[in-house]
Amino acid sequence: MRVTLDGNEAAASVAYRLNEVCCIYPITPASPMAELADEWASKKQPNVWGSVPVVVEMQSEGGAAGALHGALQGGALSTTFTASQGLLLMIPDMYKIAGELTPTVFHVAARSLAAQALSIFGDHSDVMAVRQTGFAMLASSSVQEAHDLAAVAQAATLSTRVPFVHFFDGFRTSHELNSIEVLTDDDLRALVPEELTGAHRERALSPERPFIRGTSMNPDVYFQARESSNPFYARIPGLVVEAMDGLAGRTGRHYRLVDYAGHPEAELVVIMMGSGAETARETVLHLAATGERVGVVTVRLYRPFPTEALLEVLPQTASRIAVLDRTKEPGSVGEPLFLDVVGALVEAHSSTKRAVMPFVTGGRYGLASKEFTPGMVAGVFDELRQERPRRPFTVGITDDVSGSSLSYDASLDIEPPDTLRAVFFGLGADGTVGANKNTIKILGDEEDLYAQGYFVYDSKKSGSQTVSHLRFGPRPIRAPYLVDKASFIGCHHFGMLERAEVLSRAAHGATLLLNSPYSASELWDELTRPVQQQIIAEEIQLYVIDASRIAREAGLGERVNTVLQTCFFAISGVLERAEAIARVKAAIAKSYGRQGTAVVEANLRAVDHAVEGLERVEVPQRVSSRTEPAPLVPADAPEFVQKVTATMMAGRGDELAVSTLPPDGTWPSGTAAYEKRKISDLVALWDPELCIQCGKCSFVCPHSVIRSKYYDRSQLAGAPDTFRSVPLVARGLPETGYTLQVYVDDCTGCALCVEACPAVAPGDASRKAINLARLEPLAAAERENIAFFETLPVAERSRVDFGTVRGTQFLQPLFEFSGACTGCGETPYLKLLSQLFGDRAVIANATGCSSIYGGNLPTTPWTTDADGRGPAWSNSLFEDNAEFGLGLRLAADRHVELARRRLGELRDELGGEFVDAILEAPQFSESEFRAQRERVAELEHRLTALDGPSVVDLLSVVDHLVRRSVWIVGGDGWAYDIGFGGLDHVLASGHDVNMLVLDTEVYSNTGGQMSKATPLGAVAKFAAAGKTVEKKDIALQAIAYGNVYVARVAMGADPEQTLRAFREAEAYQGPSLIIAYCHCIAHGIDMRNGLDQQYRAVASGYWPLIRYDPMVRASGGNPFLLDSPRPRLALAGYTGRELRYSTLANSDPAEAERLGGLAQAAVSRRWDIYEEMATRPAHHFPADARKDR
Amino acid sequence: MDLSTDYMGLALRNPLVASASPLSHTVDGVRRLADAGVGAVVLHSLFEEELAEEAARNARLVEAGRNSFAESLSYFPETAGEEPGPRRYLSLLERAASAVEIPVIASLNGVTPGGWTGYARAMQDAGAVAIELNVYYLPGDPNVSGREVERRHIEILQLVKGAVRVPVAVKLSPYFSSTGEMARQLDAAGADALVLFNRFLHPDIDPESLSVQPGIGLSTRTEARLPRTWIALLHGRLNAALAASTGVEEPDDLAMYLLAGADVVMTTSSLLRHGSEHATVLLDGLSAWMGRKGFGTVGEVRGKLAVPHGSDEAAHERAGYVTALRAANVSAYGPW
Repeated sequence: MRVTLDGNEAAASVAYRLNEVCCIYPITPASPMAELADEWASKKQPNVWGSVPVVVEMQSEGGAAGALHGALQGGALSTTFTASQGLLLMIPDMYKIAGELTPTVFHVAARSLAAQALSIFGDHSDVMAVRQTGFAMLASSSVQEAHDLAAVAQAATLSTRVPFVHFFDGFRTSHELNSIEVLTDDDLRALVPEELTGAHRERALSPERPFIRGTSMNPDVYFQARESSNPFYARIPGLVVEAMDGLAGRTGRHYRLVDYAGHPEAELVVIMMGSGAETARETVLHLAATGERVGVVTVRLYRPFPTEALLEVLPQTASRIAVLDRTKEPGSVGEPLFLDVVGALVEAHSSTKRAVMPFVTGGRYGLASKEFTPGMVAGVFDELRQERPRRPFTVGITDDVSGSSLSYDASLDIEPPDTLRAVFFGLGADGTVGANKNTIKILGDEEDLYAQGYFVYDSKKSGSQTVSHLRFGPRPIRAPYLVDKASFIGCHHFGMLERAEVLSRAAHGATLLLNSPYSASELWDELTRPVQQQIIAEEIQLYVIDASRIAREAGLGERVNTVLQTCFFAISGVLERAEAIARVKAAIAKSYGRQGTAVVEANLRAVDHAVEGLERVEVPQRVSSRTEPAPLVPADAPEFVQKVTATMMAGRGDELAVSTLPPDGTWPSGTAAYEKRKISDLVALWDPELCIQCGKCSFVCPHSVIRSKYYDRSQLAGAPDTFRSVPLVARGLPETGYTLQVYVDDCTGCALCVEACPAVAPGDASRKAINLARLEPLAAAERENIAFFETLPVAERSRVDFGTVRGTQFLQPLFEFSGACTGCGETPYLKLLSQLFGDRAVIANATGCSSIYGGNLPTTPWTTDADGRGPAWSNSLFEDNAEFGLGLRLAADRHVELARRRLGELRDELGGEFVDAILEAPQFSESEFRAQRERVAELEHRLTALDGPSVVDLLSVVDHLVRRSVWIVGGDGWAYDIGFGGLDHVLASGHDVNMLVLDTEVYSNTGGQMSKATPLGAVAKFAAAGKTVEKKDIALQAIAYGNVYVARVAMGADPEQTLRAFREAEAYQGPSLIIAYCHCIAHGIDMRNGLDQQYRAVASGYWPLIRYDPMVRASGGNPFLLDSPRPRLALAGYTGRELRYSTLANSDPAEAERLGGLAQAAVSRRWDIYEEMATRPAHHFPADARKDR
Repeated sequence: MDLSTDYMGLALRNPLVASASPLSHTVDGVRRLADAGVGAVVLHSLFEEELAEEAARNARLVEAGRNSFAESLSYFPETAGEEPGPRRYLSLLERAASAVEIPVIASLNGVTPGGWTGYARAMQDAGAVAIELNVYYLPGDPNVSGREVERRHIEILQLVKGAVRVPVAVKLSPYFSSTGEMARQLDAAGADALVLFNRFLHPDIDPESLSVQPGIGLSTRTEARLPRTWIALLHGRLNAALAASTGVEEPDDLAMYLLAGADVVMTTSSLLRHGSEHATVLLDGLSAWMGRKGFGTVGEVRGKLAVPHGSDEAAHERAGYVTALRAANVSAYGPW
C-alpha cells in the first residue's frame, strides 16, 4: 500500500509494531517518532503480536538508555528514538548493551553535535560518535529506506544478537514527506519470526533460571572475554543480507549492504551514506547516461564495516575515489567513512585482492543540513579529474581560510521535466505548511502520482517565515534537496516578495501566485524595481488574490492557507480544476472535521471565494518602478553586522565564506536591535493623558519594546512634533518630563501591556493608557520619535528606585527584541534580570526555549549599555547547566581572591587607604556599585604607573573587584528533569549562584512534552490521558537544605513580589532558586490572557507565592514568607481556561473530574502545609551551617 | 405522608425537582441533591452554541504556533484538537444516571435542527429518562413576529419528539402575547410537560465602569406569582404536566405551587443560596404543612386552588384579576 509520510513516521511505524517497550526522551529531530509511538499506544494500537507497547518518557536520554537496558535484560523487545547529544548521553549504556550481546535497535534521526554552536539540523556527527560502542550501524538514505531498513535492523539484531543503530538524516529524511510503500503486519511478522523474539526472552534475567550478568573482571580474563564476541560480529553481514533478501522476497525492494550505481567501468567513484547518497546516485545516473565513467557507492551497513561487500561492488576500474563524510573530526587524518574505505582498500591491496590501489580522497559536505545538490556531486567528480585532487576537501561552502572547498556549477538541473516543482513562502501563523502537507496527501494518494514535501522554518518563534518545497511526478521522487527552479511559486505575504529567495527560486516562465492587497490592475505600480525586472526577465506568469481579506471574511482570521491552496490547484494544472477543488474540499472535511462543523464550513467558504477572487495580471513589458528595497540594517550598524548578520538575515547565509565567521563560536551581543521585523500590523500605542506612569506595561512587555525615560524638559528641544512627553509624576521635579516610547517595528502586538495597564479612560472602558493601534499610519512618525528618544539620556542607575516596579522601568533592558513567541511568559523575567543586574551578570543558559530565543542566530537579544557592559551569556548543554554556572562562579571566586591578594601586595605602592576602600567596599546598592567602579577605574589608572608580575596579574582580573552576579537560567525540563541532579547538587554546594527556573510546566521548545513540572490532570505529550502525578515541589526540596534562598513568583499576580524576590536572591550570598510561573503557548491559552492566568494560578492557591530567606532564619525570624493570600478561587477557575486541562475534560470527562478533584485537594493540602510553615518558629527550619558566609 | 407523584410518566418520590444549575455540574453534585431528598434532577443545560464556540476556540489554540518552528511543529497531543462535542455532558449524564436512584433529566439548548435532534438522541442513549428543552430564545430582532417565535417553539418540540422515545418537556419564557394559547399549541404538538417559566438573565448596566454586566441573579419569592398564576390557569386544561419554576425559597412555596396545580416544583435559587441540603428542609416543611392541613397525599393538594373549570372562566379570571388589583391599590402599594 502506498502512503505519504515522513521519515520519522516511516521508521516509527515499524519500530512500534516490532517492540514492546519504548524508552524515550524528547530531542529534535527525533521527537516525532516517540510522539507517534505514544499516540498509537494511547489509542491502544497493538504491535504485530497483539500487545500494546508501553512508551515511557524518561528524565534524560541517559535515563532512557538505562531503562531500555533494563527492559532488554528483562526480556522485552525494546527500542528508543533519539539524536545528537541524546545519543551521546546513551553511550555508557550502549557499551553495556553491546557488550552483553543484547538485541535492540536505536532509531536515530542523525543530527549535528553542539560544538562552536548548537545546531538542530542533520548530519552524521552524532552517529559517528557511537561507531565504537559495539553497535552495528545501518544507514537509510530515504523515507522508503527508513521504513524498510527499520525492519531489516530489527530482524538482524535479533538474529545476530548485536544491537543496531538505524539512522537516517535528521530533517532531510526525518521530516521529508514522500510517497512510500508500507510494510504490512504480515510482512513484519514474516521478517521477524517469533523464534527470534522467543530466544531473546530466553536470555532474560529470571529467578527461575538465575545467573549473573554484569560482573567485574580483572586483568586475567577481561581481554579474552572482550574478544569472545567476535564470531557474533562476523555473522552480521551475512545475516543482514538474509534480512534484506527476506524483505526483497516480500516486497520486491532489494537492498544490499553496499550498493553501486553508475557506469559499470567507472573510473571516478564517490562513496557515501545517507540522503546525500540518493542525490549522488541520481546525479551519477544522469552523468553516466551521457557516457561519463562515474559511479557511486552507497554504504548501508556501516558497522561492522562491510569490507568485502564494498570491494565486491567497487568497479576494478575505479582509479579515483572520493569518500564523502557528513561529519567533521578535527585533527584526524580523515573523517570516519574515509578512513574505513582507505583501510579496506589498503587491506585489499596489500593482500593482493586488488591489484591497483586507487587514489582516495575524503571530503566533508552537508554539515547541519547544508544543502547537498547534484551540482556539488558533479563538482566532486570534476575535482577527481584534476591532476592533484584536493585532500581533504569540503563541498557546499566557500572555505577561504583553509582553501578546502570545491567550486561547482550550482545550476546543474537533473530533474525530470515531468516533475512539477513548487515553492511556497508563508508565515508560520498562516497555515501554509499545514495546507501544503494536505496538498501532498491529496496528490500523493493519486494512483499515478508521487509526492514529496520538505519544509524550512526560520529561527524565530514569533512571526516566523516558512518555505515549503513540493514536488509531484509520475515516478518515485528521489531528490533530497531543496527545489531550486520551481515552475510554481506561491508568495503568501506581499511583504515577502522582497526576499531575494522568492523570485530566485522561480524557473523561467514560472507561475507566481501572490497574496496581495492590490488588485491585478493596481499591483504593478506597487512592486519594487528589482522585482519588476525579474518578473519581466524570467517571463513570470503573475496571479494575485487578496487572500487575507477572503480568509478574514470567511472567519479564518489570518489563516490564508485554504484560500491559497485552492488557488494553487486552480492554476497549477496538477489536477483538472473542478476535480481539484472537490478534492480540496474533501481534504478540508477530513482535516478539520474533528475540529467541528463551524471550522469546516469556514474553510469551505474560503475555497469558494478563492476561486472567485483569483486574478491574472497582465505584466507590462517595461520596468516602471523607481523603488528600491530598503536596506536590511541601518548604515551605521557595525561592520560585522553589515557583512555577516545582514547577509544571514537576508537568507543568504550560505554565501558567507569561512573567514567571515568567528572560529570559536563567539559572536557580538545585541544584534537583535538591527533586525526590525515588523511582524505585527497592530502595535502598542501610548496615551500620555491617561497614563499614571506605573511602569506595568513595560515591566510585562516580553519583547522589551516599551521603554520609559525621564529627562529635563529642556532636552525636548528638537523633538519631532509627534513626540509624546508629559510631566513626570513625582514630587519636587516640576521640570522633569516623562516619555514612554514604543519601538513599533519590534512590537509583536501581543497586548500583554494593554492587559496589564490599570488606567482606563473616563467614559470609555475600552480605552486604556496603552492600546493597540495599526502600525502603518504610525510607523514613519514613530521611527522618528524612537530616534529622538534614543538621544535622551538613560536614567543614572544610582538614581533609580530599584524597590518598585515603576522605578525599575527606567533601567535599560539589556535583553531586547527576542524572537520568542508573541506574548511569551518567560522573557519578561529575563528582561527584569537584565535591567537589575545585567551590567555585571554572567549567565549560564540551559538549552531550551531561552537558549533559542536567547542565542539562535542570525540575531540575538542580549545586549549592552552605553558603557559597553551587559550580560555575558553562554549555553553549554541541556543537562549540565547548573554545573556550568557553578563553574563560572568558581572561576569568579578564584579571580576575586587573586585580585584581592594582589591588591594587598601592592598596598604600599597604591596607598593603604585606597586599597582598603576597594577591599572593604560594600556592594549591594547601585550607588555602592558606582563608587566601586570609580575606584576600580582609578586603580587601573594607578596601575599603569607600576609594573611587575603582581601588577600584570592584578590587571588581568581587576574587573572582578566589582561583584559579579552569576545566573543559571533554564526551563523546567532542565530544572526538574534532565538537569535536576546538577541543580540539586549546586544548590547543596553553598556557592553564590542564582538559579532562575522559567517554569512553563512542559518542554516548550520541543513541542509540549510532559516534564516533572507538569501539573496533575494536565494533558501534555506523553501524558495524553492527563498527568497522574503531582508536580514536584522543588521549592520545598531546596528549602530543606537551609542555606538556599528560595522564591516562587508569578509576575502577572504580584510584580512587586517578583521584584523583591529577584533582588533578595541576588543579594543573598549563597545559592538562590527562583521558580517563575511562565504562561506558554503550550498551555493552550490566548496569550493575551497570560497575565490573567498567572493571577488565577495564584488566586486559586495553585501557585502560592513564597520567599524563603536563610538570612531571616539567621537573625531569629521565620524565614518562610507566604506572600499570596489564601485561595479565593476554585482551582477550576484557573484550569478551566486552558486547553491543556479542558482537552481531558472533553476526551475523558470522568477522568478529568477525578483528577480535577485530586488536584484541588492537593492545592488545599499544600496550602495548609505552607500556612503552617509560615507560622513556625525559626528553629524549626534548618540552620545555614556554612562558616564563612 | 405520601409525597410520591408522577411527572411525565416518571414516578417521583416527591414533587421537588432540582432544576438546571451549577449544582448538577458534577456527579458528586447530583449525588448530593439526591441525598438531600429531591424527587428528580434536571442537569444543567447543554448549549449547542457553546460547544461550537469551544470547538472553534480549541481549534485556534491548537493551531497557534503549529508548523512554525522546526523543533516544535505542534504543542499538544493529537487528541487535543478534536471537537469537544457533547462527550463531557453525556458522560456526566451517564454517570449521574447510574449514581443515583432518582430520575435524571437532561436539559438541551440547541441552535440548529440537527443539533436539537442529534443531541437529544444522544442524551436519551446516555440514560436521560426525559429531556427538557431549554428554548432560550430571545427575539431581539424587531422584525421577527410573534407567530414566528411561536412557530419556532413548536418546530423544535416536534423535531425532538420525532427523534426520541423519552418524554420531552418544554421550558418556556413568559413573554408571549398569549401564554395560554402557546401552552395549548405545545400541548397539542406533544409536549409531555411545560416548565413555567424560564428566567432570562437580564444584563445590567454599570454606570461606574460604563459597561454592560451580565445579570446573574437568583430568583426571589415574589417572582413566583407569575408562574403560579399561569399554572393555576392551565391546570387541568392540558395533557402535558406542569412544572413550576422560579421563586421557591420556603416549604410554603412548594405548597402554594401545588395548590395552584403544579405537578412538580423546581428550584435552583434556594439550593444555590442554602446548599443542596436545603431540599430536606423544603420537603420536611411540606410534609409538616400537609400534616397540619390534613393532606395525606400530594394528589389531594394539587390544584386545589387552581382556576376552576366550567361555566364562566372569563368571569373567574376577571374576578381574580380585579380583586387582586383592588387589593393591591389599597394595601401593598398604597393608593395612587
